[in-house]
Amino acid sequence: MFELSALELSALICEKKMSVTEAVRAYIDVIKKSDNVYNAFVAISEEKALAVAADVQKRIDAGEKLSPLAGVPIALKDNISTLGIPTTCSSKMLSGYTPVYSATVVDRLEQAGLIVLGKLNMDEFGMGGSSETGFSGTVKNPWDVSRVAGGSSGGCAAAVAGGEIPLTLGSDTGGSIRQPCSFCGTTGIKPTYGAVSRYGLIAYASSMDQIGPIGRDVDDCAALLSVISGFDRKDSTCVIKKPFDFRSASSGDLSGVKIGLPRNYLEDGIDSSVKNAILTAAKEFEDSGAVVEEFEMPLTSYMIAAYYIIACAEASSNLSRYDGLKYGYRNPDAKSLADVYKLSRSEGFGLEVKRRIMLGSFVLSSGYYDAYYKKALKARALIKDAYNKLFELYDMVLSPIAPTTAYKLGENINDPMKMYLGDIYSVSVNLAGLPAVALPCGFDESGLPIGFQLVGDAFSENKLVDTARVYQHRTDFHKRKPPQIAF
Amino acid sequence: MKIEIDDKLITYLEDLSGLALIDDEKTRLKGDLKDVLGHMASLSELNTEGVPERSHPFDNVNAFREDSAEPSFDRELILKNAPNRNDEMIIAPKTLYDGE
Repeated sequence: MFELSALELSALICEKKMSVTEAVRAYIDVIKKSDNVYNAFVAISEEKALAVAADVQKRIDAGEKLSPLAGVPIALKDNISTLGIPTTCSSKMLSGYTPVYSATVVDRLEQAGLIVLGKLNMDEFGMGGSSETGFSGTVKNPWDVSRVAGGSSGGCAAAVAGGEIPLTLGSDTGGSIRQPCSFCGTTGIKPTYGAVSRYGLIAYASSMDQIGPIGRDVDDCAALLSVISGFDRKDSTCVIKKPFDFRSASSGDLSGVKIGLPRNYLEDGIDSSVKNAILTAAKEFEDSGAVVEEFEMPLTSYMIAAYYIIACAEASSNLSRYDGLKYGYRNPDAKSLADVYKLSRSEGFGLEVKRRIMLGSFVLSSGYYDAYYKKALKARALIKDAYNKLFELYDMVLSPIAPTTAYKLGENINDPMKMYLGDIYSVSVNLAGLPAVALPCGFDESGLPIGFQLVGDAFSENKLVDTARVYQHRTDFHKRKPPQIAF
Repeated sequence: MKIEIDDKLITYLEDLSGLALIDDEKTRLKGDLKDVLGHMASLSELNTEGVPERSHPFDNVNAFREDSAEPSFDRELILKNAPNRNDEMIIAPKTLYDGE
């Protein structure tokens, strides 16, 4: 069963060739065996998962029409609130915190008959690109456990690549779904801002955060996106009218599809293996009938600055809610209210979170607000306009996700500027609120996966998924597994 | 814009951020802020004259819903998360003292 995609597993369960409980038990056994190596999970909710599995089985047996993913085990990034299951954002600040409600996406998973097995490790509060900044320890890349899994949804990508779970939900604020997919050889979708409810997603940068699937292939991810997308009255920024419907079969032919390839993304600062894999993918699209045309991506030297100013500003505001009083960590010795705030936050947050809060406080402070924050908002408007113009010329943009493959554990953790510059190809997508699909497209000389992204206009997920399906029908990179994985 | 990242600025930012850093963190963040803010200052070269500020990816309109009563969360469940509580309230230190 471990060879099966999530859709195939659900079909098997609905044909009564396997029970939901059997599937759930089998995956829990795998997690227990292998996760001491990958550290992808921060919590396994075995008892609850088995109870839900029995309930889903009853619903299937009663003939209830659930979803094409009914009976499938799933795991969630630990910033997605789960009623009765601790949710920590991999932070000491939220140690011991158990949400009193579930995120809208979790309610939708339950309605669709998926079973949540546990919560996945991440960079603390989503702040990082290597899943090394969390209180729950470092996530290891299943392709080479001496290397990072990427981040911040590193636990999601590592768990899928390591065969511990067929499907996960992560979140993407500046590349946090796509970059770990690139590092771990998994497939992911960062939906358009406003396509998936953020209700119950613990906030990092609210104008860019978005929940999306990470799995083994685009069919599984699209099926999951259909389940979680759609209007939600609890999130006023969730503007989509109805869920995506990806059921129509792809024609296999990309005639008439025009893809832009940013020439300047492939010039400086990119590993030759990544560049070559991207060019090979471009050729694959041409062979499928698409027209691929190079262009110069504007404003690239301002993207990192604009993103980190806005993200840190929003983070400093969002994380002001952690006061040591209502939930989470509280310094036991603090006497005054001011000391409770300061000491609890100083001991509860890790260094990267403190760094971003301090940066956010700076760019929002009197005297610097106009030069930094306001300027970044104007740059964001220019970046959005630039994408609008691009989508008058192209159906989508094909680009690398990260300039390198997975680097060694600890290699960049003490150099924040180097880490931030690694997000050069991903952050503009979030500034403009656009959708992107991340797909594996090759390996470097060390056998480490390489991924690329297809970026589309707002709410063009159907077009992106169709194109990604054609690519995965023609290639087998998404089917390759780390050497030691038995599934 | 040239910015002096000195102890005074770090202390000011700690106050704004509700943080009290240890010495080692102060030293590290002083260097990090210098690097990162130096890079961010590159935005000053970008011509943004007449460009409106965009705080959101899309132009949102307000979303209204019916003003109807709904059940609240269970108080006991919420209080279970509080680090310090009594039967029905969260306990916080005094904010006013004698003579203030």
